[in-house]
Amino acid sequence: MMQTQKLIVLSNEVITILKEHDVVFLRGRISQYADKIQMGLLNKTKLLTAASELVRNMISYAGQGKVLCEIVASIGLEKGIRLTFTDRGPGIKDISLAMKDGYTTGKTLGLGLPGAKRLVSVFEIKSQPGKGTTVVIIKWKNG
Amino acid sequence: MEKIPILKMGDFLLVTIQVDLYDRLALNLEADLVGTINKYQSKGVLIDISAVDIVDSFMGRILGNIAQMSKILDAHTVVVGMQPAVAITLIELGMPMSGVFTALNVERGMELLRAKIFTDDADTETDSAE
Repeated sequence: MMQTQKLIVLSNEVITILKEHDVVFLRGRISQYADKIQMGLLNKTKLLTAASELVRNMISYAGQGKVLCEIVASIGLEKGIRLTFTDRGPGIKDISLAMKDGYTTGKTLGLGLPGAKRLVSVFEIKSQPGKGTTVVIIKWKNG
Repeated sequence: MEKIPILKMGDFLLVTIQVDLYDRLALNLEADLVGTINKYQSKGVLIDISAVDIVDSFMGRILGNIAQMSKILDAHTVVVGMQPAVAITLIELGMPMSGVFTALNVERGMELLRAKIFTDDADTETDSAE
Protein backbone atom coordinates (compact mmCIF):
# COMPACT_ATOMS: atom_id res chain seq x y z
CA MET A 1 0.00 0.00 0.00
CA MET A 2 0.90 3.63 -0.51
CA GLN A 3 1.06 4.45 3.20
CA THR A 4 4.08 2.22 3.76
CA GLN A 5 5.97 4.09 1.07
CA LYS A 6 8.33 6.68 2.50
CA LEU A 7 7.47 10.23 1.59
CA ILE A 8 9.58 13.34 1.98
CA VAL A 9 7.64 16.31 3.32
CA LEU A 10 8.78 19.50 1.63
CA SER A 11 6.53 21.97 3.41
CA ASN A 12 3.55 21.85 5.71
CA GLU A 13 0.91 24.02 7.28
CA VAL A 14 -2.05 23.40 9.58
CA ILE A 15 -5.30 25.18 8.79
CA THR A 16 -7.98 25.24 11.46
CA ILE A 17 -11.56 24.95 10.27
CA LEU A 18 -14.00 26.56 12.68
CA LYS A 19 -16.69 27.96 10.43
CA GLU A 20 -18.07 27.51 6.96
CA HIS A 21 -16.21 30.49 5.56
CA ASP A 22 -12.82 28.93 6.44
CA VAL A 23 -13.44 26.58 3.53
CA VAL A 24 -12.84 29.44 1.09
CA PHE A 25 -9.48 30.17 2.73
CA LEU A 26 -8.52 26.48 2.73
CA ARG A 27 -9.34 26.13 -0.99
CA GLY A 28 -7.21 29.19 -1.69
CA ARG A 29 -4.22 27.76 0.17
CA ILE A 30 -4.48 24.33 -1.46
CA SER A 31 -4.71 26.07 -4.81
CA GLN A 32 -1.48 27.97 -4.07
CA TYR A 33 0.31 24.75 -3.06
CA ALA A 34 -0.89 23.04 -6.23
CA ASP A 35 0.42 25.94 -8.31
CA LYS A 36 3.74 25.77 -6.46
CA ILE A 37 4.37 22.22 -7.68
CA GLN A 38 2.88 23.10 -11.09
CA MET A 39 0.00 20.67 -10.84
CA GLY A 40 -2.20 20.75 -13.95
CA LEU A 41 -5.60 22.40 -13.95
CA LEU A 42 -7.61 19.16 -14.09
CA ASN A 43 -5.74 17.50 -11.21
CA LYS A 44 -5.94 20.70 -9.21
CA THR A 45 -9.69 20.92 -9.78
CA LYS A 46 -10.09 17.30 -8.68
CA LEU A 47 -7.99 17.86 -5.56
CA LEU A 48 -9.88 21.02 -4.62
CA THR A 49 -13.23 19.34 -5.16
CA ALA A 50 -12.23 16.33 -3.03
CA ALA A 51 -10.97 18.67 -0.29
CA SER A 52 -14.20 20.62 -0.47
CA GLU A 53 -16.26 17.44 -0.01
CA LEU A 54 -14.16 16.29 2.95
CA VAL A 55 -14.14 19.61 4.72
CA ARG A 56 -17.89 19.89 4.23
CA ASN A 57 -18.31 16.51 5.91
CA MET A 58 -16.07 17.73 8.73
CA ILE A 59 -18.17 20.84 9.32
CA SER A 60 -21.55 19.16 9.04
CA TYR A 61 -20.76 16.15 11.26
CA ALA A 62 -18.04 17.35 13.65
CA GLY A 63 -18.59 21.13 13.56
CA GLN A 64 -14.89 21.88 13.34
CA GLY A 65 -11.49 20.34 12.74
CA LYS A 66 -8.02 20.73 11.31
CA VAL A 67 -6.46 20.23 7.93
CA LEU A 68 -2.76 19.53 7.54
CA CYS A 69 -1.56 20.57 4.08
CA GLU A 70 1.77 19.19 2.88
CA ILE A 71 3.80 19.14 -0.27
CA VAL A 72 5.29 15.66 -0.41
CA ALA A 73 7.71 13.88 -2.69
CA SER A 74 7.95 10.13 -3.21
CA ILE A 75 11.23 8.24 -3.50
CA GLY A 76 10.95 8.59 -7.25
CA LEU A 77 10.76 12.33 -6.57
CA GLU A 78 7.24 12.65 -7.85
CA LYS A 79 5.64 15.61 -6.14
CA GLY A 80 2.15 15.75 -4.75
CA ILE A 81 -0.12 17.34 -2.20
CA ARG A 82 -1.09 15.44 0.93
CA LEU A 83 -4.04 16.64 2.98
CA THR A 84 -4.91 15.24 6.41
CA PHE A 85 -8.38 16.05 7.73
CA THR A 86 -8.74 15.48 11.46
CA ASP A 87 -11.82 16.03 13.57
CA ARG A 88 -13.11 15.04 16.99
CA GLY A 89 -16.63 14.48 15.81
CA PRO A 90 -18.96 11.51 16.32
CA GLY A 91 -16.87 9.23 14.08
CA ILE A 92 -18.14 6.71 11.56
CA LYS A 93 -19.55 3.39 12.78
CA ASP A 94 -19.34 1.49 9.51
CA ILE A 95 -16.71 2.84 7.16
CA SER A 96 -17.45 0.42 4.30
CA LEU A 97 -21.07 1.55 4.40
CA ALA A 98 -20.03 5.23 4.48
CA MET A 99 -17.87 4.64 1.41
CA LYS A 100 -20.88 3.46 -0.61
CA ASP A 101 -22.33 5.81 -3.20
CA GLY A 102 -25.57 7.36 -2.05
CA TYR A 103 -25.30 6.33 1.60
CA THR A 104 -25.82 9.20 4.02
CA THR A 105 -26.83 9.77 7.61
CA GLY A 106 -27.17 13.49 7.06
CA LYS A 107 -29.08 15.50 4.53
CA THR A 108 -26.45 15.29 1.81
CA LEU A 109 -26.44 13.20 -1.37
CA GLY A 110 -23.97 10.71 0.06
CA LEU A 111 -21.40 11.39 -2.62
CA GLY A 112 -18.82 13.03 -0.37
CA LEU A 113 -16.56 10.17 0.71
CA PRO A 114 -16.84 7.83 -2.30
CA GLY A 115 -16.72 10.81 -4.67
CA ALA A 116 -13.62 12.27 -3.01
CA LYS A 117 -11.94 8.85 -3.18
CA ARG A 118 -12.46 8.68 -6.95
CA LEU A 119 -10.88 12.11 -7.41
CA VAL A 120 -7.55 11.53 -5.64
CA SER A 121 -4.56 9.19 -5.97
CA VAL A 122 -4.48 7.90 -2.37
CA PHE A 123 -7.38 7.84 0.06
CA GLU A 124 -7.20 6.53 3.63
CA ILE A 125 -9.80 6.83 6.31
CA LYS A 126 -9.67 5.95 9.99
CA SER A 127 -12.48 6.51 12.40
CA GLN A 128 -13.42 5.64 15.95
CA PRO A 129 -17.03 6.13 16.99
CA GLY A 130 -17.20 8.82 19.65
CA LYS A 131 -13.59 9.90 19.10
CA GLY A 132 -13.37 11.31 15.61
CA THR A 133 -12.32 10.74 12.05
CA THR A 134 -9.08 11.17 10.13
CA VAL A 135 -8.95 11.19 6.35
CA VAL A 136 -5.67 11.34 4.43
CA ILE A 137 -5.61 12.04 0.71
CA ILE A 138 -2.73 12.46 -1.73
CA LYS A 139 -2.96 13.82 -5.23
CA TRP A 140 0.18 13.37 -7.31
CA LYS A 141 1.14 16.14 -9.67
CA ASN A 142 0.62 13.86 -12.66
CA GLY A 143 -1.72 11.33 -11.14
CA MET B 1 -22.83 40.20 3.91
CA GLU B 2 -21.83 39.12 0.41
CA LYS B 3 -24.61 38.70 -2.10
CA ILE B 4 -24.76 37.42 -5.66
CA PRO B 5 -26.58 39.93 -7.87
CA ILE B 6 -29.56 38.82 -9.94
CA LEU B 7 -30.08 40.93 -13.08
CA LYS B 8 -33.43 41.19 -14.82
CA MET B 9 -33.34 41.16 -18.62
CA GLY B 10 -36.84 41.20 -20.02
CA ASP B 11 -38.39 37.81 -19.34
CA PHE B 12 -35.09 36.40 -18.12
CA LEU B 13 -32.97 36.58 -15.00
CA LEU B 14 -29.21 36.62 -15.35
CA VAL B 15 -26.90 35.44 -12.59
CA THR B 16 -23.12 35.55 -12.89
CA ILE B 17 -21.25 33.82 -10.11
CA GLN B 18 -17.91 35.60 -9.75
CA VAL B 19 -16.93 34.70 -6.21
CA ASP B 20 -15.88 31.56 -4.40
CA LEU B 21 -19.12 29.99 -3.29
CA TYR B 22 -19.61 28.80 0.24
CA ASP B 23 -22.74 27.15 1.55
CA ARG B 24 -24.53 30.13 3.04
CA LEU B 25 -24.03 32.21 -0.10
CA ALA B 26 -25.32 29.39 -2.32
CA LEU B 27 -28.40 28.85 -0.17
CA ASN B 28 -29.14 32.59 -0.18
CA LEU B 29 -28.85 32.64 -3.96
CA GLU B 30 -31.34 29.79 -4.17
CA ALA B 31 -33.86 31.66 -2.02
CA ASP B 32 -33.25 35.03 -3.76
CA LEU B 33 -33.70 33.51 -7.20
CA VAL B 34 -36.97 31.82 -6.39
CA GLY B 35 -38.24 35.07 -4.88
CA THR B 36 -37.15 37.08 -7.92
CA ILE B 37 -38.74 34.66 -10.40
CA ASN B 38 -41.98 35.07 -8.52
CA LYS B 39 -41.67 38.87 -8.34
CA TYR B 40 -41.02 39.45 -12.07
CA GLN B 41 -42.82 36.30 -13.30
CA SER B 42 -39.65 35.48 -15.20
CA LYS B 43 -39.70 32.78 -17.87
CA GLY B 44 -36.07 31.82 -17.74
CA VAL B 45 -32.97 31.86 -15.54
CA LEU B 46 -29.45 31.91 -16.92
CA ILE B 47 -26.65 31.06 -14.50
CA ASP B 48 -23.12 31.79 -15.70
CA ILE B 49 -20.51 29.74 -13.83
CA SER B 50 -17.55 30.46 -16.12
CA ALA B 51 -15.65 32.05 -13.21
CA VAL B 52 -16.32 29.13 -10.87
CA ASP B 53 -13.24 26.95 -10.31
CA ILE B 54 -14.88 24.08 -8.52
CA VAL B 55 -18.37 22.65 -8.20
CA ASP B 56 -18.69 20.02 -5.49
CA SER B 57 -21.70 17.83 -4.70
CA PHE B 58 -23.31 20.50 -2.55
CA MET B 59 -23.02 23.15 -5.25
CA GLY B 60 -24.23 20.68 -7.85
CA ARG B 61 -27.24 19.96 -5.70
CA ILE B 62 -27.99 23.68 -5.31
CA LEU B 63 -27.88 24.14 -9.10
CA GLY B 64 -30.21 21.15 -9.48
CA ASN B 65 -32.55 22.54 -6.82
CA ILE B 66 -32.68 25.93 -8.53
CA ALA B 67 -33.59 24.24 -11.83
CA GLN B 68 -36.36 22.20 -10.19
CA MET B 69 -37.75 25.08 -8.16
CA SER B 70 -37.88 27.40 -11.16
CA LYS B 71 -39.55 24.64 -13.18
CA ILE B 72 -42.34 24.53 -10.62
CA LEU B 73 -42.64 28.31 -10.99
CA ASP B 74 -42.86 27.86 -14.78
CA ALA B 75 -39.36 29.11 -15.57
CA HIS B 76 -36.51 27.28 -17.34
CA THR B 77 -32.95 27.27 -16.03
CA VAL B 78 -29.81 27.05 -18.12
CA VAL B 79 -26.33 26.80 -16.61
CA VAL B 80 -23.67 28.20 -18.93
CA GLY B 81 -19.89 28.43 -19.19
CA MET B 82 -18.86 25.44 -17.11
CA GLN B 83 -15.08 24.95 -17.27
CA PRO B 84 -14.01 21.65 -18.87
CA ALA B 85 -12.08 20.60 -15.73
CA VAL B 86 -15.19 21.20 -13.64
CA ALA B 87 -17.31 19.07 -15.97
CA ILE B 88 -14.84 16.17 -15.84
CA THR B 89 -14.60 16.41 -12.05
CA LEU B 90 -18.39 16.44 -11.62
CA ILE B 91 -18.78 13.21 -13.57
CA GLU B 92 -16.00 11.46 -11.63
CA LEU B 93 -17.54 12.67 -8.43
CA GLY B 94 -20.74 10.89 -9.46
CA MET B 95 -22.81 14.00 -10.04
CA PRO B 96 -24.17 13.82 -13.61
CA MET B 97 -26.28 17.01 -13.23
CA SER B 98 -29.19 15.41 -15.03
CA GLY B 99 -32.21 17.69 -15.06
CA VAL B 100 -30.11 20.83 -15.48
CA PHE B 101 -29.92 22.34 -18.96
CA THR B 102 -26.46 23.54 -19.93
CA ALA B 103 -24.99 25.58 -22.75
CA LEU B 104 -21.42 26.45 -23.68
CA ASN B 105 -21.76 30.22 -23.33
CA VAL B 106 -24.24 32.97 -22.52
CA GLU B 107 -25.24 33.48 -26.18
CA ARG B 108 -26.14 29.84 -26.69
CA GLY B 109 -27.81 29.75 -23.30
CA MET B 110 -30.07 32.63 -24.31
CA GLU B 111 -30.93 30.85 -27.56
CA LEU B 112 -31.81 27.71 -25.63
CA LEU B 113 -34.03 29.64 -23.21
CA ARG B 114 -35.82 31.45 -26.06
CA ALA B 115 -36.38 28.16 -27.87
CA LYS B 116 -37.82 26.60 -24.71
CA ILE B 117 -40.19 29.48 -24.06
CA PHE B 118 -41.25 29.49 -27.72
CA THR B 119 -42.17 25.80 -27.49
CA ASP B 120 -44.06 26.47 -24.27
CA ASP B 121 -46.06 29.27 -25.92
CA ALA B 122 -46.76 27.14 -28.99
CA ASP B 123 -48.05 24.37 -26.71
CA THR B 124 -50.38 26.77 -24.92
CA GLU B 125 -51.73 28.05 -28.23
CA THR B 126 -52.46 24.54 -29.49
CA ASP B 127 -54.15 23.78 -26.18
CA SER B 128 -56.44 26.81 -26.43
CA ALA B 129 -57.21 26.07 -30.08
CA GLU B 130 -58.53 22.64 -29.20
